Amino acid sequence: MWDYTEKVKDHFYNPRNVGVIENPDGVGEVGSLACGDMLKLTFKLDDEGKIGDVKFQTFGCGSAIASASALTELIKGKTLEQADKITNQDIAEYLGGLPEEKMHCSVMGREALEAAIANYRGEKAPKEEGEIVCKCFGVTDKAIERAIKENGLTTVEQVTYYTKAGGGCGQCHPKIQEIIDRVIKETGGGIWRVKPERKKLSNIQKMKLVEETIKNEIAPALQKEGGDIELIDIEGDRVVVALRGTCSQCVLSGWTMQSFVQAKLREFVSPELVVEEAKE
Amino acid sequence: MRRVYADNNATTRVDERVVEEMLPAFTQVYGNPSSMHTLGAEAEKRIRLARERVAKFIKADPSEIVFTSCGTESDNAALFGTFEAYPNKKHIVTTKVEHPAVLNPCQLLAKKDYSVTFLSVNSEGMLDLDELKDSIRDDTAIVSIMYANNETGVVFPIEQIGQIVKERGVVFHVDAVQAAGKIPLDVEKLNVDLLSLSGHKIHAPKGVGALYIRRGTKLRPLLVGGHQEKGRRGGTENVPYIIGFGKACELASEHLPEMNTRVKTMRDRLQNGLLKSVPHASLNGAKSPRGPNTLSIRFEYVEGESILLLLDREGIAASSGSACTSGSLEPSHVLRAMGVPYTSVHGSIRLSLSRFNTDQDIDHILEKFPPIIARLREISPFAKASAKEVNA
Repeated sequence: MWDYTEKVKDHFYNPRNVGVIENPDGVGEVGSLACGDMLKLTFKLDDEGKIGDVKFQTFGCGSAIASASALTELIKGKTLEQADKITNQDIAEYLGGLPEEKMHCSVMGREALEAAIANYRGEKAPKEEGEIVCKCFGVTDKAIERAIKENGLTTVEQVTYYTKAGGGCGQCHPKIQEIIDRVIKETGGGIWRVKPERKKLSNIQKMKLVEETIKNEIAPALQKEGGDIELIDIEGDRVVVALRGTCSQCVLSGWTMQSFVQAKLREFVSPELVVEEAKE
Repeated sequence: MRRVYADNNATTRVDERVVEEMLPAFTQVYGNPSSMHTLGAEAEKRIRLARERVAKFIKADPSEIVFTSCGTESDNAALFGTFEAYPNKKHIVTTKVEHPAVLNPCQLLAKKDYSVTFLSVNSEGMLDLDELKDSIRDDTAIVSIMYANNETGVVFPIEQIGQIVKERGVVFHVDAVQAAGKIPLDVEKLNVDLLSLSGHKIHAPKGVGALYIRRGTKLRPLLVGGHQEKGRRGGTENVPYIIGFGKACELASEHLPEMNTRVKTMRDRLQNGLLKSVPHASLNGAKSPRGPNTLSIRFEYVEGESILLLLDREGIAASSGSACTSGSLEPSHVLRAMGVPYTSVHGSIRLSLSRFNTDQDIDHILEKFPPIIARLREISPFAKASAKEVNA
């Protein structure tokens, strides 16, 4: 059984903004019955040009419904320029993460949003551009390339998880590999510096990396809010920290620990890490 | 909350009477059956009883039963062991709807220098026996066909198939994992040479199975080690689990009439109730003979995983042929082989009952199921499948 986060479950059991807007300003429709999931997004702009109302309909699995629901919450009240910047990672992060095999649900959300914005602007949706690589799921080289760049993908399997390409007959696997190789070459591997491929770390390397991540990625954000964080101890995969300043009294400190501190450490150091708050 | 377990084709609850017979083997009768002392002899005696019980269950001789670790091992041993025994034969006949434990070894063989014929099924999940006859060649080593399908419950005419295969002098393997406990098994009548069984589908624990090997059938062992199982399967016997499996087979024989009366009646009530109360729903394998406990229904315009998640919230455990639950992107190979239309191939749900289910369980499912489908259809962009329309 999938290990869905509580947030995914909540958005699946209680989806927000279900339905269709009559006379919408923009409509985006992606996926199909045959492919196993489909998303229809409609929105209306308010007087200030912001997304005032947005509704969705989804045919698909639990994470597809949750991703669509999350998307509507993310874009409500935003201008089209702001909404246009939302990536599939933003959708996944909003939900506290998705199983990697299900990341294509977040990509479908982003694609529907782009299609709807393109529809409003009277343009062609970016999804329709490029040459079809995966015939089973109708995925283009452009769509694959984009998913590789935005998510730092390095294997065919990952491309399948994120775009569905290659998930059917498998004949396009060599072509997908070619695209991965080309993108790596073109970007000089640059995008992977952001998300380094994980190697097995020695204990000393791990401690150093935890320290650096807290110093460079976590503490500055907390300090901005008048808080701070102190590393107390590292024991195997257990990282003990103490929140300081405003964070220590904050009612959301539990959330900060789980969704921010632990998420960042897992992203930059190791996905096995568990963060605990020091008991004083 | 009421919990209803309706996923018995996936695995079953272990019967208390099975557990009871197993327990002494952990802390009292823990000897190695091969050892020369009383504890070993006692373990050996209990395995002998288990072997007799399994043999009786399928009307075989105890010497023809080899214990394995699971159904998959039994299937692998039958396929790879036969090819090892007949190095000059390079062809295998099987079907498109087999369990992965048969399908994947065949696909592996197909990548080497073997050729495989995958027999097709029609929209009702049935085989064309003429296609089978035509497919058997001089270099066919083995025909491997399942008895009852795990997803749809469709039962193949194994007796007739056995006759055809026997006439051609080819080894006949039957994966009877899903038939055991639901259909009477008689290896003589069926003309099978090799037959796979699994413990955990018949209320024994996971981790034990058996392969029936007809006396005189050439087969190379998959696991080579000690002299256990007369050299047909190396490795110290899993004594407690084998004891449990033996008891489970005895109980399965006793409960077989109940499966085909009380359990079948419950299944039929569930089937008719769901088809009546949910629009745009149809039965997979409706016109085929089916095992008494299995029900596979496809619902148009909804996706299986969403249904399962909502069922689970109502305490109902079921299964689906949908892609999303397995992590693969393509829906079940069985439903695709049957040509289930794309509007509903992602929305098939399997409910499989056992003797532990009650009429109250069926009431609970019938109450909770229809609103779940209606709710998902409201979210679905294919809203034309409105809940108000009802099947005629």
